[in-house]
Amino acid sequence: MQLTYTPKQQAFRAEVRTWLADNLPRQPLASYDTREGFEEHRAWEAKLFESRWSMVMWPAELGGRGCDLIEWLIFEEEYYGAGAPMRVNQNGQLLLGPTLMEFGTPEQKRRFLPRMAASADMWAQGWSEPNAGSDMAAITSKALLDGDHYVLNGQKTWSTRAIFADWLFGLFRSEPGSSRHHGLSFLMVPLDAPGVSIRPIKALNGKDAFAEVFFDDVRVPLANRIGAEGQGWHVAMATAGFERGLLLRSPARFQHTARKLVELFKAHPESAGRDPGLGDAVLDCWMGAEAYALSAYHTVGRLGRGEQIGAESSINKIIWSELDLKMHETAMRLLGARGELLARAPAAGDAAGWLEGFLFAQSGPIYAGTNEIQRNIIAERMLGLPK
Amino acid sequence: MDFTFTDDQLAFREAISRFLMTEAAPEMLREIWETDAGRSPDLRNRIAAQGLTALSVPEAEGGLGMDDVAWALMTQELGYYAIPDSLADTAYVAAGLLAGLDPAHPARAELLPRIAEGSLRLAISHAINPLVSDAQLAEVLILPAGDDLHLVPRAAVDVQANPSIDASRRLGLVSWTPGPQTLLASGEEGRRLQAQLLDRGALSVAGQLLGLAQRMLDLSVDYVAQRKQFGKPIGSFQAVKHHLADVARQIEQAKPVLYRAAHGLAHGEQGASVWVSQARLACCEASWLAARKGIQVHGAMGYTWEVDLQMFMKRAWALDASWGDRGFHKSRVGAYLFADGARLGPGHTFEDVNHA
Repeated sequence: MQLTYTPKQQAFRAEVRTWLADNLPRQPLASYDTREGFEEHRAWEAKLFESRWSMVMWPAELGGRGCDLIEWLIFEEEYYGAGAPMRVNQNGQLLLGPTLMEFGTPEQKRRFLPRMAASADMWAQGWSEPNAGSDMAAITSKALLDGDHYVLNGQKTWSTRAIFADWLFGLFRSEPGSSRHHGLSFLMVPLDAPGVSIRPIKALNGKDAFAEVFFDDVRVPLANRIGAEGQGWHVAMATAGFERGLLLRSPARFQHTARKLVELFKAHPESAGRDPGLGDAVLDCWMGAEAYALSAYHTVGRLGRGEQIGAESSINKIIWSELDLKMHETAMRLLGARGELLARAPAAGDAAGWLEGFLFAQSGPIYAGTNEIQRNIIAERMLGLPK
Repeated sequence: MDFTFTDDQLAFREAISRFLMTEAAPEMLREIWETDAGRSPDLRNRIAAQGLTALSVPEAEGGLGMDDVAWALMTQELGYYAIPDSLADTAYVAAGLLAGLDPAHPARAELLPRIAEGSLRLAISHAINPLVSDAQLAEVLILPAGDDLHLVPRAAVDVQANPSIDASRRLGLVSWTPGPQTLLASGEEGRRLQAQLLDRGALSVAGQLLGLAQRMLDLSVDYVAQRKQFGKPIGSFQAVKHHLADVARQIEQAKPVLYRAAHGLAHGEQGASVWVSQARLACCEASWLAARKGIQVHGAMGYTWEVDLQMFMKRAWALDASWGDRGFHKSRVGAYLFADGARLGPGHTFEDVNHA
């Protein structure tokens, strides 16, 4: 056990910090759940990419820096610690990207990864359907072979920011008559293809944060399939693992929120005086965020020693989603009667921002596999309990 | 940056675990605990033969010279197998204290080699503990008096036994009169040693609580996989699965917190006391949840004397407030967190190691 950073790691931290200090947007960007904000975030991503900060762990030929996981953690700490914008293309970069690297053909990698790193292509997910949520193997959207194309028909839903995105990836039933996780293929679909229609779904925040996507005889070339015909479930499971795992929700983001929560607590002694439970809640939140950070370093070390993490990624998912919820609930309790105010309300004061986070935190235990499904996975795969 | 254990540390843990699995089975512990003394010199000798009592005695004094980081693994094993207080108190907490004395201090040569060979049973306490574990049986006691620490022979103290719900505990109210002939350290050194002692005692309990949590989880998993209702194992029902998944989550979440505290203590980091208290709170949380969910999934069997769960559950309840209750540890974390100028947020987690 050796907890000092090497001079190279310290230099890397300093480089990230300096670049962010020089380049961070002066004003906060608009919400990426709006068209305007989405494009502002895309422009920010392009700027990150120009200086090779968008995907630090990707190899240099794909626009990255070939960083290891410790350097990635350092990058994330500096990035979120500086209050930098949320990453708008994570569905592509953190979920599809690693999937393409593992299962894609050399041609697919060349075609998609650099544009993904640059956010020239923005990606939406196409997993859930009206009758396939937690039970993802119940997918019915079809992809029927017709020469060198698939013909897609059906509907996907809960597709985050699909109304603004360029591409969608997801699972389609390519073997007629197949059931459950058999006969599915993993396809990439351009959202401007004829026959695609997208209907936004207003989320809690009143914005078009996600969408339904309809496919009506949409022709997609075979070259857009990742992995073998009918092997989509296997490919998708790898993607789901990336999502629940560390990459999507690095600890730095939650440590940043925890710090802001401590500041909010100190700024509201009158709330703390009324409700003695608040100090305890803030303490718990901060310790939870630190524990998650320590767990990330421990996991990275264990991966470096050749260990596998497997179902532990389900524990991660429960930890960050419940922590995020608890932090925002605590903030709302601290803010008291001003907590309900929208950021544009003149009297919002320091309540601005917490409400949006509070709303989004409600979705954490639901997306990326509900926490109930995660608990099943922990019980069955880690503890070995019977199905 | 490598926040993991060495292969040697992991192998030693594995060896101790395999040894205790056969040598400290619950039915044997029950027999030992039913005796008045509650201790088995025979088991103690066999544990010493494995090298455990020599673990943190410096090499110059006949030990293995390992630090708190190695003990972060070993205390989990002691907790998992419910090894009574005396072993960790002597081999870890007291040995750590004595190893921190001036190299020329006579108590070192007198006591450390005997700890290493396993022939000495020490009791050790701190003002935060109203009672002293294993005071009755100890040959020597290390006791505080104000800023001073004393090394007191058993014959010089009166011990009034105070039975605990944890049948492994032998708690004593110790009466004695400090005198110059027993003085071990005083003044500034006495305060420093007592502060370290408190942290090490608290961390020892943290590791044991985490081991206890793992044991209760394992017992519960075994039980729910076998017990059938409605024609199938109760472990196949989601309500039961989710109870135990929550326990697994708390245990996994607490481990790195424990390890970070152990590193802090071993390296004398500025924030070590805060990391220790954080570890204590995380491990207390995990062990009480494991107890609560454990008894729940055992049903009425969990409420019996017969089923082994009770041994580990009672020990988890008993140790919860030993070497500082949750309020004490929360206050220490709170004082750090809410202080002006506290350096919080991403990037500060390992800051005091890196700017030492």
